[in-house]
Amino acid sequence: MKYFMRDELFKGDIMLFKFQLKSFLAKSSLVKSEGEGLMSTISPITLPKDLGNKIIKTFVVPFVAFLLFLGIWGATASQIVTSLGEVPGPQQVWEQSVSLYNEHKEERVKEEKFYERQEKRNAKKLEKNPDAVVKIRSYTGKETFFDQMLTSLYTVLTGFIVASLIAIPVGIVSGLSSTVHRALNPIIQIFKPVSPLAWLPIVTMIVSAVYVSNDPMFSKSFITSAITVTLCCMWPTIINTSIGVSSIDSDLINVSRVLRLSWFTKVYKIVLPSSVPMIFAGLRLSLGIGWMVLIAAEMLAQNPGLGKFVWDEFQNGSSNSLARIMVAVFAIGIIGFMLDRTMLYFQQKVSWDRNAVIR
Amino acid sequence: MSSSFLQLSQVSIEFPTDHGPYKALDDVNLEIAEKEFVSLIGHSGCGKSTVLNIVAGMYKATTGGVLLENREVNEPGPERAVVFQNHSLLPWLTTYQNVELAVDQVFKKTKTKAERHDWIMHNLELVHMTHAKDKLPSEISGGMKQRVGIARALAMEPKVLLMDEPFGALDALTRAHLQDSLMEIHADLGNTVIMITHDVDEAVLLSDKIVMMTNGPAATVGDILEIELDRPRNRLELADNEQFNHYRAEVLRFLHDRHKREAA
Repeated sequence: MKYFMRDELFKGDIMLFKFQLKSFLAKSSLVKSEGEGLMSTISPITLPKDLGNKIIKTFVVPFVAFLLFLGIWGATASQIVTSLGEVPGPQQVWEQSVSLYNEHKEERVKEEKFYERQEKRNAKKLEKNPDAVVKIRSYTGKETFFDQMLTSLYTVLTGFIVASLIAIPVGIVSGLSSTVHRALNPIIQIFKPVSPLAWLPIVTMIVSAVYVSNDPMFSKSFITSAITVTLCCMWPTIINTSIGVSSIDSDLINVSRVLRLSWFTKVYKIVLPSSVPMIFAGLRLSLGIGWMVLIAAEMLAQNPGLGKFVWDEFQNGSSNSLARIMVAVFAIGIIGFMLDRTMLYFQQKVSWDRNAVIR
Repeated sequence: MSSSFLQLSQVSIEFPTDHGPYKALDDVNLEIAEKEFVSLIGHSGCGKSTVLNIVAGMYKATTGGVLLENREVNEPGPERAVVFQNHSLLPWLTTYQNVELAVDQVFKKTKTKAERHDWIMHNLELVHMTHAKDKLPSEISGGMKQRVGIARALAMEPKVLLMDEPFGALDALTRAHLQDSLMEIHADLGNTVIMITHDVDEAVLLSDKIVMMTNGPAATVGDILEIELDRPRNRLELADNEQFNHYRAEVLRFLHDRHKREAA
């Protein structure tokens, strides 16, 4: 019995040794290190088999999952019949996206023709009488789906930039001073969870009262939507900036004290660069929230963007409406995704912390 | 008034805590001559760093004070440059830019841009780091980071160089290299240095004077050991040197016999 156990133990040791040897060999053949024992990059050499795995993981898996999703959607959608007909499946949605694209192209052709006619008319007028006052009108055809996308993007970026211009300085000050932080924190925490739908009536009334002009540079609906976006999306940036600034390594602050840096130089040379990764993480969250909020704001404020498109289609109630709304849903999702990727790119660009995993 | 270069007189400091004030240092007196290399040694928590921080001007002594060339130390400043234990380089700046930050701040008015550049390169050369001047701190080893930290401190042309366990986080071989570099630099430039260390060999090898501190609370200077070994010193020759081993034994006796730490 004793011997048996020892034997077993011995076997175990051999197995362990074999395993260690294997993993050691695997490591030494896959891993090459550069530099003289520094914290340099250790990059595995990808073998063809690994490459195949990688392709499957990065492309095939998401693709199959998406097909599966389309399949389930297609199968279940037709089971539900609404007053506007069956819930559209992938097929109908695709058709509608094509038709939205065609409408856009037609509208562009119409626009071109309009300007052509106008030019000709004016040229004729000038030929007859060189002193004639020529009227140049801009085209007032209906906005296409793609115009509405651009309007939405423009609106969300305006709101986002205004929010950032407010949030970053406020965050820095609140991160640097615990008194300011204590003063602001309750306000931030109270306003942070408020829905855009609650802000909108207030913003609408205030904009109507304050923004009075005979020749407005921006339409009221645009300003209302942008301000609502600002109000909803500035909180993550404030909070993240404040955390980033206040969690700066105290040794770095000591460096600035030894160097007797002025307040401004300290903020500019040490505090800001050190918290830039956190600030960008906050900006990314903010833009995500802003985009989500924008659609709701546009619906109610009638800003001619994707939100209004959805609302109009809903009111319109044709047999194509649901499919067209779903096209908008995808467009909103894809644009949101692209905005997020853009911010991610910037976030990785500005991050000095090589150990941080940002995704 | 004494005419010594750096003078700590009757320094004591209390920190407020939830259980009332905590007296970390009590009546610390110390006189340091110009160009002297002084080590502070003692068990952890005995207030070595606190002494250094008071000299640096980071903390203000509750009673007593520090005089540097007969002027009272009230706030941190580049004439008392600090080499921090964990290097404290700005991670988003290259080694060159890290030194540049200090040089620009200290010599903005007195040196031209070209002179400042030469001065930065000169200091990087002193610590043998010119080859990595465009590397970020994350791309170089711990020893190299500490070299750059030293270059940054030296570049401020400090009257006193304060080093808070500068080699504490390094492996033994790297540490020996850096100690040798530091001895060279000290021989060349003749800075006044105050260094905190845990390492008895390091203290004896580098110092002119070892200040041994008693345990806290209310820590103070327990004993001062003058190291009268000829310079330049060579660690290999000194390994068998009787006098060196005697000094070593003195410090060890102080730390582990006379001021044994209860319940480490």
